[in-house]
Amino acid sequence: MAFEIIGKPLPKIDALPKCTGETRYADDLQLPRMLYAKILRSPHAHARIRRIDVSRARALPGVYAVITGRDLPTRFGILPVSQDEEALCAEKVRFVGDPVAAVAATDEWIAEEALRLIDVEYELLPALLTLEEALRESSVRIHDYGDGPNIHKMISLEFGDVEEGFAQADYVREDIFFYAGSTHLPLEQHAAVAQYGPDGKLTLWSSTQTPHYVHRALAKVLGLPPSHIRVIATPVGGGFGGKSDPFSHEIVVAKLAMLTGRPVKITLTREEVFYVHRGRHPVLMWIKTGVRRDGTIMAMHVRSFLDGGAYGSYGVVTAYYTGALQTVTYKIPRYKFEGVRVFTNKPPCGPKRGHGTPQPRFALEVHLDKIAEDLELDPIEMRRRQIVEAPSLTVNWLRISSCGLRACIDRVVEASGFREKFRRLPFGHGVGFACSTYLSGAGLPIYWNDMPHSGVQIKIDRGGGVTVFCGSTDIGQGSDSILAYIVAEVLGILPEDIRVVTADTDLTPVDLGSYSSRVTVMTGNAAVEAAEKLRRLLFRAAAERLDVPEEQLMARARRIFDQADPERGLDFAEAAQLAEARFGTLGAVGSYKPPKSPGRYKGAGVGPSPSYSYSACVIQVRVDPETGFVQVEKVWIAHDVGRVINPRLVEGQIHGSVYMGLGEALMEEQTFRSRLGLHKAPSMLDYKSPTPLEMPEVECFLIETDDPNGPFGAKEAGQGPLLPVPPAVANAVYDAIGVRVDELPITPEKILKGLEDKARGGSGRVGPKSIPSLAWPEPIRVEPPPEWRDVPTRSS
Amino acid sequence: MNGEQHPLAVPVYKTLLEVLREDLHLTGTKHGCELGECGACTVLVDGEPVLSCLALPIELEGREILTIEGLMEGGRPHPLQSAFAEMGAVQCGYCTPGIVLSAKALLDRNPMPTRQEIAEALSGNLCRCTGYIQILDAVERAGARMRERRS
Ligand code: FES
Ligand code: FES
Repeated sequence: MAFEIIGKPLPKIDALPKCTGETRYADDLQLPRMLYAKILRSPHAHARIRRIDVSRARALPGVYAVITGRDLPTRFGILPVSQDEEALCAEKVRFVGDPVAAVAATDEWIAEEALRLIDVEYELLPALLTLEEALRESSVRIHDYGDGPNIHKMISLEFGDVEEGFAQADYVREDIFFYAGSTHLPLEQHAAVAQYGPDGKLTLWSSTQTPHYVHRALAKVLGLPPSHIRVIATPVGGGFGGKSDPFSHEIVVAKLAMLTGRPVKITLTREEVFYVHRGRHPVLMWIKTGVRRDGTIMAMHVRSFLDGGAYGSYGVVTAYYTGALQTVTYKIPRYKFEGVRVFTNKPPCGPKRGHGTPQPRFALEVHLDKIAEDLELDPIEMRRRQIVEAPSLTVNWLRISSCGLRACIDRVVEASGFREKFRRLPFGHGVGFACSTYLSGAGLPIYWNDMPHSGVQIKIDRGGGVTVFCGSTDIGQGSDSILAYIVAEVLGILPEDIRVVTADTDLTPVDLGSYSSRVTVMTGNAAVEAAEKLRRLLFRAAAERLDVPEEQLMARARRIFDQADPERGLDFAEAAQLAEARFGTLGAVGSYKPPKSPGRYKGAGVGPSPSYSYSACVIQVRVDPETGFVQVEKVWIAHDVGRVINPRLVEGQIHGSVYMGLGEALMEEQTFRSRLGLHKAPSMLDYKSPTPLEMPEVECFLIETDDPNGPFGAKEAGQGPLLPVPPAVANAVYDAIGVRVDELPITPEKILKGLEDKARGGSGRVGPKSIPSLAWPEPIRVEPPPEWRDVPTRSS
Repeated sequence: MNGEQHPLAVPVYKTLLEVLREDLHLTGTKHGCELGECGACTVLVDGEPVLSCLALPIELEGREILTIEGLMEGGRPHPLQSAFAEMGAVQCGYCTPGIVLSAKALLDRNPMPTRQEIAEALSGNLCRCTGYIQILDAVERAGARMRERRS
């Protein structure tokens, strides 16, 4: 069927207001009598709080309230298993930046002055700033829960017998990699405004990606009935995962508003944003793969060590993700994963674009490149021959519904001229290749429940206007517009006829939030369901009036008409009035819950998704052997998005992902001073990120596979395209100068170190040499799905 | 200010950014750092891009200031604004006001910039969402439209 709206490069419905300054972000809100809040944060990485004296701050004119941990004793956290955060620390601080006290005052200057008047007496504790330290110093405990001293979570899973697989392999290779931590650096600093009415109702406006989870956290910590709390996510000025946790500052302004009876606003400074963090986990990885002579994978064993920082955040999920998706790209018949997340006295890590999967993807794709070279195989063909089938189940029970990876590979290889360039360009020039997979939303919600993950409600006005209500949060990816396109397509109207009301817990049905690339698939399916219900009513009313069978009707261009005789029809608004007269007020709801995953083992909750997107990428670089500087000359990237709902938006997501992937590959890194735990670069100048001058040309190819679980067949596009970028850069650098930098970011210093090592007769490899020895628990042995039980052994 | 006169009494330590947002309620001007590092707070002073977080109003007496709110012409979007909306140059939109104004200064000075010149003119404006590509596309398209209009 030809679409009217789907597939067109239409502008986003909120684009113009964002260009004229009309859009109101959280910090743009000003309410009468509003106070301003500031948070006092710990200057120490690890310390006990002996005493806090706020009396001098309270006495300062213009100060309306000062609160400490005693005022907010209930712990919270995004995951039910890691409720380890306090809105203000009462007894102990665990990283530089941990919140300790808060002030509400008539303006920010007075609030800041008041912070200086708060006296806190700390007793310093040893600060554990590296993963190795945290594992070694078991007498110092950052938290008193977890799977061991300073061990937040340990995972060990085995699907099929990997040792048997290795024994049958012709070649086994082991590698160690490190992927540095980086931060989201959204352009908008987090901000929130709270208002508490005399009716006992609380409203919070916040730049959050997950208003529903903030709603739950506020109810828990403030002890208010959830029905008295309204959370509104304002348009988010960049999230990338960094605004997905409920945050201390959101709870603090709410409490201050309750205490003062006045609206209270807080806006974090840029420095605070660096400390609040929840960004990419630094991960050390070990990977071992056994292959046949032709490169066919027989078994794989992966270990990951995550430096989690001071709190749980999404960390348990992140840890599982470092091991979950390896099996979704290539056929892996036996697979073992061991992972550990460790607490350290640094800003907590959490989800950043790709959530726990860019790190192992970097390891996997560079590792495969090395195997191909060792066996003198074409790195493309070696991968291409063992792409997963669709539909199928992976060895760890993930269901693949569609896969366009082969087409992705073919497009980028052909367009880039990879085969003519690979290992053939002059010294200093190189090409690299990598593939990847990402999920279109998590199969399970963050807290266990049986309700839909996404709800949409639609109402039709007598004038033909349509309003769509949905809890989803537009963080710039265009989720509001996607709702409008989808509803417009189904009802046969135009996106500009639709008003979209989103992310307001009072007005909109729940959507779990803008994370894990779930929004298009989940809200899209819910929107299709609601819109189709209404279309049925409109068709029924129109059929009676036009005397045409319902099945023969079509909705298009604001008309409902007979397909056989398009002249015979009604205006959309007319049809709406007829339907309202016939059936009463017009409204409908739709909801979506992902299909149940067949995996039945502990840990099976992380990895399942309604569908998986696929990407393939070729990157060409020029490396200056004098300076070690890597210039990315061009990126070719193909992405299997299932169905293109709007090509401009999909390409925008790909560009943004490539940009962020290049930043992580070449320059971005959260670094801390040893012992003190101070961030080395908490400013946009010192934390290097690519500017327009560093951004190369990007050629995108959009591949459609019409996924059975997606709205119109769509899958995700917001995170997946980041994943192949860092390994493709690393493989290209090796092609250019023969140096393997197995540690991101690939900085000029590391390149020069590799070149020097090579000149001295070394291998030229730069990267970690060992992993900590750990007593891993006995693995949970999971019987693979039937199709993997009888895997081919060594070819006879 | 955007073609209007604003007699204002504000504390001397307040930056132009703060006066715009808090005293004049022109919240279209954004901020990402308040340290002169991100470009989100860019406004035009006598047609030249200025970081409002580093500028003091007291130094700007009698100068002409243009903020994003003043860019529409008779209720119609400026060619840069429509091109940004059409080309996907706006994701979260937080960098947009600053970038649109930097681009305006460029196009007013150089109506037919090369892609490299556009990238250079915008190199002080960070955008974390778009990878800049659709922003450069939008500036090119707006430039072409403005040239057409003039001829
Ligand atoms: S707010 Fe002025 S440059 Fe960032
Ligand atoms: S569009 Fe989000 S920072 Fe530029």
